[in-house]
Order: sequence, then structure tokens, then C-alpha cells
Amino acid sequence: MKTVIDRYIREEMFPHIWCPGCGNGIVLGAIIRAIDDLNWDRDKIVAVSGIGCSSRITGYVDFCTMNTVHGRALPFATGIKMANSDLKVIVIMGDGDCLAIGGNHFIHAARRNIDLTAIIINNMIYGMTGGQYSPLTPTTKFGSTAPYGNIDQSFDLCELAIAAGASYVARGTIFDPRQSTSLMKKALDKKGFSVVEIISDCPVSYGKMNKIKSPIDMLKWIKDITVSKKAWEGLSPDEKKEKYAIGEFLSKDRPDYTELYEEIIKKAQETGGNK
Amino acid sequence: MKQKKLLEVHQNNSVKISVRREWCKSCGICIEFCPKDVLVPDDQLKPIPENIDACIKCGLCELRCPDFAITVEGVEEKDE
Ligand code: SF4
Ligand code: SF4
Repeated sequence: MKTVIDRYIREEMFPHIWCPGCGNGIVLGAIIRAIDDLNWDRDKIVAVSGIGCSSRITGYVDFCTMNTVHGRALPFATGIKMANSDLKVIVIMGDGDCLAIGGNHFIHAARRNIDLTAIIINNMIYGMTGGQYSPLTPTTKFGSTAPYGNIDQSFDLCELAIAAGASYVARGTIFDPRQSTSLMKKALDKKGFSVVEIISDCPVSYGKMNKIKSPIDMLKWIKDITVSKKAWEGLSPDEKKEKYAIGEFLSKDRPDYTELYEEIIKKAQETGGNK
Repeated sequence: MKQKKLLEVHQNNSVKISVRREWCKSCGICIEFCPKDVLVPDDQLKPIPENIDACIKCGLCELRCPDFAITVEGVEEKDE
């Protein structure tokens, strides 16, 4: 029999290129299950990615897909949505792609509240290029460019998205793929800019440099560093530094950019261009 | 039961567990996190559902497998 996954993947591309135990595959599974639950027409779905290990996702799914340039998945996705607002546009990014190279695009997509769903796979490092630290590498952790430990303060992606104006913001993990699927479903269904961060693993870069020995240990580590949103609220400021809150942080209604733009077009047509 | 077929299917009268050996990368996640210790590693560290009768069909092995290499189906249920 065909599984849910089999119905949506480009089977001839498998086995995929990701390393043993890499969370990208778990996230891909969660995305596919969310879309299947929503019963969307796959020809109306566009998945857009940038550059990085996680960006390979678009090569493996049988939607309309676009693998674009580093950090620029959101601008391409914005163009697609503006040209045809009936399409459901999903943008899949890694932490470096989204918040270093594409950081500016991210905050402005949130500010405009354009109806896209951004799924950010946060493995806290640049995996493909050899383990350089990213804006989401926690302070004191190691990367090939932080051999004595990272002195930067990392972004809190979810707080950043809320401050910049997103409509939906949530965080899940690869340890709990069921919860990730349910958060993605809500995000996909939400009008406006939706953000789901998934805490993931890179066993060969992050794991190796931070002495987390195997994919199994990485999953246990993710379980240890994450707590429910409710439990997180009860932690002291020091304890909070070591943990990530998991769950839904924001779901609000605000006019999305494509709606506002369509109103402008209508107005211009009605007045024949005379303001 | 242990020869290296591409798709290994194990079944009792309540559950069917299939392992797509060609796609499995021996990460061990399904084996480690199965709440009922259903799965044991073979010589290539790929999962064999040796204790299939203990399986509670929670589906966690399937959801957490990064390689879509293991699937769990209830036997009474109809094919999708
Ligand atoms: S379905 Fe659950 S109990 Fe059964 S083998 Fe998979 S993880 Fe174990
Ligand atoms: S989780 Fe998947 S890839 Fe890893 S050992 Fe199990 S079947 Fe193989």
C-alpha cells in the first residue's frame, strides 16, 4: 500500500541525500502529513526554498516547487503570492538562510503580513558548509568558526517574528513530530504571515562540535532543552537561557498584504487612476 | 526473516511493520525511542521488529524516521 508520504514525494529521488539521523527528513514528514490532513490540492501548493541542506526539501516533494538563491526564498515566494494569491505558498528555510542571509527579508515579510507560511528548520548551525555558527547558534556553543565557543547572542526567532508583525508564530521539535504537524496545520490555515520554527538536529556538524555523539543523543538533547510554553513561563531568567519554549505563541487576525493590494487595484480601476 | 530484501514486511494479526531497507540509514532512532522495545538492530543496525507482538501501533517509529524507511499499519484497517 502507499503511505501518506509515498503519495507526495518524488520517489525516484530517494533515498534522500541527508545524513543519517538528520532532522530534515522528520520535518519533511511533518509538513507532508499537515498538508495531507488539510486535504489541499497539491497543484495549488508552491513550496519555495533557498540554499542549504534543508532547502533540498523542495526537490523531494511533488508540489509546484522552486529552489531559489541563498536567503531569498521569501522574496521569490512574495512574487509568487502577489502574482496569484490563490496559491498556497510554503517557504522552507534553515536558520542561517532565514535569519542571516535572509534576515531582512524575514522581518519585512512579517511586517507586511503577506500570506505565506514560513517553516524554519533550526539546527543552530550551517551544516552544508562545514559547521559555521549561525545567528541561532546559542551563546557558548561551538562551531567551526567558534572554536572557543560562540560569544554572540542568538536571536529568539519566534519573538522576532512576533515583534516584526507576523500573524501566527509557533515552535515545535523533531522530537515531537505529531505536535509539529499540528502547529504546521494551524500555520498553513492561517491568513497572513505564519512562522513555525522547528528545533532540529545536525548530528555531523552541531553534534560533533558540541560533543553530542549520535542522532539518538541529539533527540534526547532536544527533549532536554525544550519545555512547554506553560512550564517555560515558570522558569527563572537563568533557567530560561538554557531552554526553548515549545507551542503556539501567537495567532491573531490582521489584513494580509495581498488583500490590501487587491483593494488598491480595485480602487484604481474604479477611479480610472484619478485619485 | 533476516535476509536483505528491499522491503521487509513483518506481520501478526494486529499490525504490519514494513522496513524499506534500501532507504534506511541505520540511525537507530526508531529502535531507541520505541516505547515497547519492539525493534532490535540487525547486523547492519537496521530495525527488525522482533517483538512485534508488543507493538501498540503508536506510530512513533514511523513519524520520527528521517528516511521514511519504516511504516506501521493496523492489520484490520483498510488500505487508504
Ligand atoms: S508503532 Fe510504536 S510500539 Fe510499534 S514499533 Fe513503532 S514505536 Fe514501537
Ligand atoms: S529511524 Fe529510519 S533510518 Fe533510522 S534506523 Fe530506523 S528505519 Fe532506519
